[in-house]
Amino acid sequence: MASANGYLREKIRWRALELVFWPATLLPFVVTPDYLSLASQIAITALFALSLDLILGYAGIVSLGHAAYFGTGAYTAGLLAKHYWSEPLAGLLVAGVAAGLVGYATSHIIVRFRHLALIMLTLGIGLLLAEAANSASWLTGGADGLQGIRMSPLLDFKFDLYGKTAYAYSLAVLFLCFLLARRVIHSPFGLALRGIRENAARMPAIGAPSRAHLRKAYTIAAVMAGIAGALLTHTTSTVSLETLSFERSADVLVILILGGAGRLYGGIVGAIIYMVARDQFSGMNPQYWYFWIGLLLITVVMLLPNGILGGLGALYKKSQ
Amino acid sequence: MLGSLAGVLFDGLAYGMLLFLLSVGLSVTLGMMNFVNLAHCSFAMVGGYVSVSLMNRFGWPFLATLPMAFLAAASVSVLLERGLYRRLYRASDLDQCLLTIGIVFVSIAAYAWLYGTEQQAVEGFPPYLRGSLQFMGINLAAYRLFLVLCGFLVTAILVASLEYTRFGAKVRAAVDNQRMARGLGIDVDRTFMLTFALGGGLAGLGGSLAIEMVGLDPGFALAYLVYVLIVVSVGGLGSIGGSFAAAIVLGISDMAGKYYVPWLGAFLIYLVMVGLLMWRPQGLFGKR
Repeated sequence: MASANGYLREKIRWRALELVFWPATLLPFVVTPDYLSLASQIAITALFALSLDLILGYAGIVSLGHAAYFGTGAYTAGLLAKHYWSEPLAGLLVAGVAAGLVGYATSHIIVRFRHLALIMLTLGIGLLLAEAANSASWLTGGADGLQGIRMSPLLDFKFDLYGKTAYAYSLAVLFLCFLLARRVIHSPFGLALRGIRENAARMPAIGAPSRAHLRKAYTIAAVMAGIAGALLTHTTSTVSLETLSFERSADVLVILILGGAGRLYGGIVGAIIYMVARDQFSGMNPQYWYFWIGLLLITVVMLLPNGILGGLGALYKKSQ
Repeated sequence: MLGSLAGVLFDGLAYGMLLFLLSVGLSVTLGMMNFVNLAHCSFAMVGGYVSVSLMNRFGWPFLATLPMAFLAAASVSVLLERGLYRRLYRASDLDQCLLTIGIVFVSIAAYAWLYGTEQQAVEGFPPYLRGSLQFMGINLAAYRLFLVLCGFLVTAILVASLEYTRFGAKVRAAVDNQRMARGLGIDVDRTFMLTFALGGGLAGLGGSLAIEMVGLDPGFALAYLVYVLIVVSVGGLGSIGGSFAAAIVLGISDMAGKYYVPWLGAFLIYLVMVGLLMWRPQGLFGKR
């Protein structure tokens, strides 16, 4: 009768494809050394999408304002590095804690609402923080962004022009956070989250307090988003208002949906495709870039309800 | 001081009326059909650009372009409803959000391609709407008076047609209980299509009325989306009176904020919205 434990143990087993994927993330060092800064951007975006996946894909909280936590992390890391302490690892921790605090505070609001009110509240909180950062230009630099951040070397490695350190750093943090997310998802807590997503009213009846669980998940996601924001600050040495903007919230949503929400690798696959495509079409006017993103969104919603990974999974099942 | 206060109140009222005209269509579609249509302001943009083109290229008078803006936006929304929206009536909020955000992105790019990204300059705007009158020492811009008038007119027509006509009764029946309405022989699909056309058309009308006051460029679809959503969600889904009240409160507080505490920017508005939604998640006048 070890069925429940057995089920979880079966789920957490490493798949062959995963064991191929993670070593393959080291390839850019050798194959495309000129694109390492792009690769580090991809890793950061993937981490951000992974954090959204925890609340949207697994816990069913639709958020149009997830950039709030990303930006909080980015600004915390930036301010810390500029004024007090330029060592990155400590900055990462502090930024995660700051974003987590904001996330924990707002989670009390978020978990009480569903549907339109929830969408509007996440949107509103995101806009509120963006406006606050814009108004407090004495602290954040306003529309010019936070300039003049100088990072100390990470351990003994300087942040170089080619992004070697940046990519290694982002990739390592992404991998650690991924391990954490993987552990959370395949724990009884993760199963309870999926139960709440399907039916929030019934889960308390079998002993899973819906709101407390959602608050925990939301806080974890906020910490991860904050860490992603801090990574961006450390690797680019600037923070702009864009880190808090609605566009960033919408982009990460698009990335996650494109890859497939509710799948651990959805955000990562989405981030790779999205960022590489944007880099390839970078000569294009951003207005037109959004035309294709819009078209892609419409197509994904109408034809591929579970994203690219969901579509591939269905194909694979059919072929068997 | 008192004069400026009255001026701010009047400007806020006119701005609120504009927001109401922009959002009342969404109140109809989102409130009645429960479809999270984030592309509402794209319909408004359709109306706005139709007005601009008719005036600038064909020399139509402004007032004559208003019905055309309504019709154009209504037909675009019918096309989209038939093609895309209808399949997602029962889908999750998330899918509806994503589809409509996609439409917003596409519409912004399409108008940027067709008309360029700059603000549209309107030629031949009627002089009688450009002037202003003095009333008890307050300067009342004619166009703002006209907006207030339009707001009241649209409210009256909408309330009358949804509350007292056969069509209104059908819509309400179809919304409250689709199966029962079908059983009574109401063509629910057609009713929904017409409701959607009405909502889209009203957006188009709002869009073309907005040109003179806030300008028109392809960013319009996103810039005013937040305001429109605030009006509808704070006012309460499906409540036209609620949207009316919420739009006026929003318009006046936005104007007053810009006038008296400009450094706060839009912060105040978002704070009020979050506070109100936490207090009454169904909106001020929401029923469900």
